[in-house]
Amino acid sequence: MGNDIARQFAHLPYDQATAAIARHLRMFWDPRMREALRGAVAAGDDDVDPLLRAAAANL
Amino acid sequence: MAVETYVPEPDLGTPTVGGTETVRVTVDGRTGEVPAGTSVMRAASEAGINIPKLCATDSLKAFGSCRICLVEVDGVHGTPASCTTPCTDDMVVTTQSTELARLRRGVMELYLTDHPADCAGCARGNCEMQALATTVGVAEIRYPRREPARQHASYDESNPYFAYDPASCIVCSRCVRACGETQGTFALTVAGRGLGSVVSPGGTDFFSSECVSCGACVQACPTSALTEKSVVELGMPTRVVDTTCAYCGVGCSFRAEVQSEPAGSGGTGSVGDGIRLVRMVPSKAGGANEGHSCVKGRFAYGYAHHPERQMHPMVRDSIDDEWRVVSWKEAIAKVASGFKAIQAEYGIGAIGGISSSRCTNEEVYVVQQLVRAGFGNNNVDTCARVCHSPTGYGLKQAFGTSAGTQDFASVADADVILLIGANPTDAHPVFASRMKRRLRAGARLIVADPRRIDLVRSPHVQAAYHLQLQPSSNVAFVNAMAHVAVTEGRYDEAFLRERCENVDGYLAFISDPQHSPESVEPITGIPAAALREAALLYATARNAAIYYGLGVTEHSQGSTMVMGMANLAMVTGNIGRRGVGVNPLRGQNNVQGSCDMGSFPHELPGYRHVSSNDVRAIYEQRWGRVLDPEPGLRIPNMFDAALAGTFKGLYVQGEDLAQSDPNTQHVEAALRAMDLVVVQDLFLNETARFAHVFLPGTSFLEKDGTFTNAERRINRVRPVFPPRQGKDEWQITCEIAQAIGFPMRYGNAAEIMDEIAATTPTFAGVSFAALDAEGSMQWPVTAAAPYGTPTMHVGGFVRGKGLLVETVHVPTTERSNRRFPLILTTGRILTQYNVGSQTRRTDNNAWHLEDILEIHPADAEMRGISTGDLVELSSRVGSTTLRAKVTSRMPPGVVYTTFHHPVTGANVVTTENSDWATNCPEYKVTAVQVGVANARGETDLEAERRRHGVEYAGTP
Ligand code: SF4
Ligand code: SF4
Ligand code: FES
Repeated sequence: MGNDIARQFAHLPYDQATAAIARHLRMFWDPRMREALRGAVAAGDDDVDPLLRAAAANL
Repeated sequence: MAVETYVPEPDLGTPTVGGTETVRVTVDGRTGEVPAGTSVMRAASEAGINIPKLCATDSLKAFGSCRICLVEVDGVHGTPASCTTPCTDDMVVTTQSTELARLRRGVMELYLTDHPADCAGCARGNCEMQALATTVGVAEIRYPRREPARQHASYDESNPYFAYDPASCIVCSRCVRACGETQGTFALTVAGRGLGSVVSPGGTDFFSSECVSCGACVQACPTSALTEKSVVELGMPTRVVDTTCAYCGVGCSFRAEVQSEPAGSGGTGSVGDGIRLVRMVPSKAGGANEGHSCVKGRFAYGYAHHPERQMHPMVRDSIDDEWRVVSWKEAIAKVASGFKAIQAEYGIGAIGGISSSRCTNEEVYVVQQLVRAGFGNNNVDTCARVCHSPTGYGLKQAFGTSAGTQDFASVADADVILLIGANPTDAHPVFASRMKRRLRAGARLIVADPRRIDLVRSPHVQAAYHLQLQPSSNVAFVNAMAHVAVTEGRYDEAFLRERCENVDGYLAFISDPQHSPESVEPITGIPAAALREAALLYATARNAAIYYGLGVTEHSQGSTMVMGMANLAMVTGNIGRRGVGVNPLRGQNNVQGSCDMGSFPHELPGYRHVSSNDVRAIYEQRWGRVLDPEPGLRIPNMFDAALAGTFKGLYVQGEDLAQSDPNTQHVEAALRAMDLVVVQDLFLNETARFAHVFLPGTSFLEKDGTFTNAERRINRVRPVFPPRQGKDEWQITCEIAQAIGFPMRYGNAAEIMDEIAATTPTFAGVSFAALDAEGSMQWPVTAAAPYGTPTMHVGGFVRGKGLLVETVHVPTTERSNRRFPLILTTGRILTQYNVGSQTRRTDNNAWHLEDILEIHPADAEMRGISTGDLVELSSRVGSTTLRAKVTSRMPPGVVYTTFHHPVTGANVVTTENSDWATNCPEYKVTAVQVGVANARGETDLEAERRRHGVEYAGTP
């Protein structure tokens, strides 16, 4: 699901893309979902899109 | 409002005429002004003078065949028919004279010579003939009685809801014209001539004909030739309750026509404290429908009294136990203690609620309040999640408000209609009739849909283009439309510069050759030349309007597509006046309302984000609780959290998650993982199989409140019966809140609306009293627009400037492959409604007893499938069995089914793929395989049908 969001913003310049993704996650995701994403990133989950990973750091 | 005695809605004889130019006319000494073009008959009616009429009625163009409406006009030779004579300036009309009386008696006498003589023996409905015979005064019939052929034509009872008795027909052709002009189906004709003439549904019986059972002909018939069977059985109603249909997002206004009996005397019809519902008649005063309806709203209300309707609260400790009937008190105590225990053990966020688009605004508002203030979290969602949540997101981003831009009547001013992923003749029939009327008058139609829907070609309607795009290619398609408008210089530069934001960025983006029709042809499957022509047709129209449905939203790019359509409308300046706009055709009757009422986990009522301190403060002050500033879980997130063990309790108001949500296996596993599932519904639905508490709900015939339709129109719903299970639904929710310690109390539904109005700016001027006075109002209803807002974004957007979003086409991850080479897409049909829990419990089953898989002849032949075969439909998540219909409506590679019957369980095969922004499921795209069913014989299927209470009717 997070990767789908990342793919929607992938056409934007990197900084704008990660900011837009982070904003979307803050607006629409329950905190436990954001927490799970941060957990996946921390655990080095390969399935997490690189843009999403960068956005997760901004959450 | 209940009217104590039965009065039919007034009939002014001929339709109202628009326009500002007026003429002065004097009728029987009374002088007044009427719009130029008004008939003498209508001018007289408006002045309170009724001229006798038979072939005229105000829903149809004047026809001038019966000649009973004759009048005298000063300076005019003879006696013209008042229905076909337009008023001219300073016209002086006389409607009563000895000569006119003589002529009218003569006409009446002739009619009666070939009409059954026995009025007393007939007396089934409100016969205008009988009434007229009295007014006109026919004492005796001097001519020999004649026996026209129709007296020997057979009585036709084939339609489940109305009967046709040709013997009573006077061949005024009101029914024939109603079927054409009002409904747009053209199923009826007058066959034969003179005494041999007879009205016929195309030489067969009604049921086997093209008739769609809308009932317009029954309503138009001035005699008892076409009568509701319920009127034949029960007799005429004695009073009227004005209310609103509870099926689709058109939200038609109805007169529920009832008979009251002294309490306790029972009755054979619809029982409710001695009240019998005789029939539903669409109101001419209804803003959404103006006197028309479809088969569901007019006839399919019997489910309210279906024997399977649950009347008592029930509980059980485990979902494997039998249900135990308990008192309301015990059931509500179990809900409260259960939810509190879960929160104590797993945290505040471990429970949530789901509101229903079938419930009133007031009922929905209290559910979100229970969750936010009572549960203390934002885990509230609504069934709009699975249909129009991308509309909410996309239109909010682009325009600043999550709603369609026009009223339905606006389509009458559209010159080009772009219809995307919607099938209005089946799903929004009354709006479809409006659209067809406009198309017959010359508007051009572009249909973008993988399936050849009826509007592509039907009587007197032919789409200019049918762009048969591949599922999942919507964004590529709409970008190409905008690309053509921009690169061919057919865009509205002035509109963009004045009203929109990110203009240069968007123009550069969309002009890129990657968006050209030629570049996207491999994705969309639409021949580039046709797409170019269609785009120019749209872009160069004086007024071009977009209408769309779930074929847009239920995709992984649903939200992007909504913004893409908004871009197209803005780029061509088609927004902010009548005849244009971006218009979602909403699925359920109150899907707009349930979203407006703050049912989404990230938004308080009026689409205001929960993170806004100012907005939370309004409610915190009112409710006396601190509200959570973080968004809560959406429905699919709740399921995931349930499987992860962090979500344990759910209150579900009137939604059948287990049937309507995608990937049934996943949903069922999630429901099983919860400790307390509370279902509030009319019937023990599929979700109730996983519930621990069942709270019986009310049907729309028992509700007091409001529904908001797809054009933002707030309509009143008024109770015909008291709640049959003893409690209003908002009351049940309040009692749950009180039991968990949050004192939510209202005296009645009107008080809830008062709170909504006091806290939500777009509803500021709404109250039951205002609605009762106005009939209906379209939000925003504010000090600046005290009667509501039919057209939005006139002069400026709600968000200030319209936002042009660079809508990139991101293909879905759901692809066909060797194992699953076909794409399944889903939809509805006219006579059934969504999961069918209501329509399946009415005679509508006569038309559609099971879900059918439509498949292209080439795909069928390759698999050895013929029409009527049982086939197995499988995807990577599951499989089901249903019957096939081989048809070239579908393009090769794409199959289609409806999802009305639990036995088919179309959602057994749909996946959890969803819209990137809103999680709206991607119902329209599932990679599947289809094969002749060998494994499961017919007997298994029959057994399963019996288990689900669906009767087996043999091969269709
Ligand atoms: S019920 Fe509707 S569709 Fe059927 S014949 Fe009458 S007007 Fe036509
Ligand atoms: S068109 Fe929709 S709202 Fe109107 S009667 Fe039919 S189902 Fe009801
Ligand atoms: S009512 Fe005018 S001619 Fe029939």
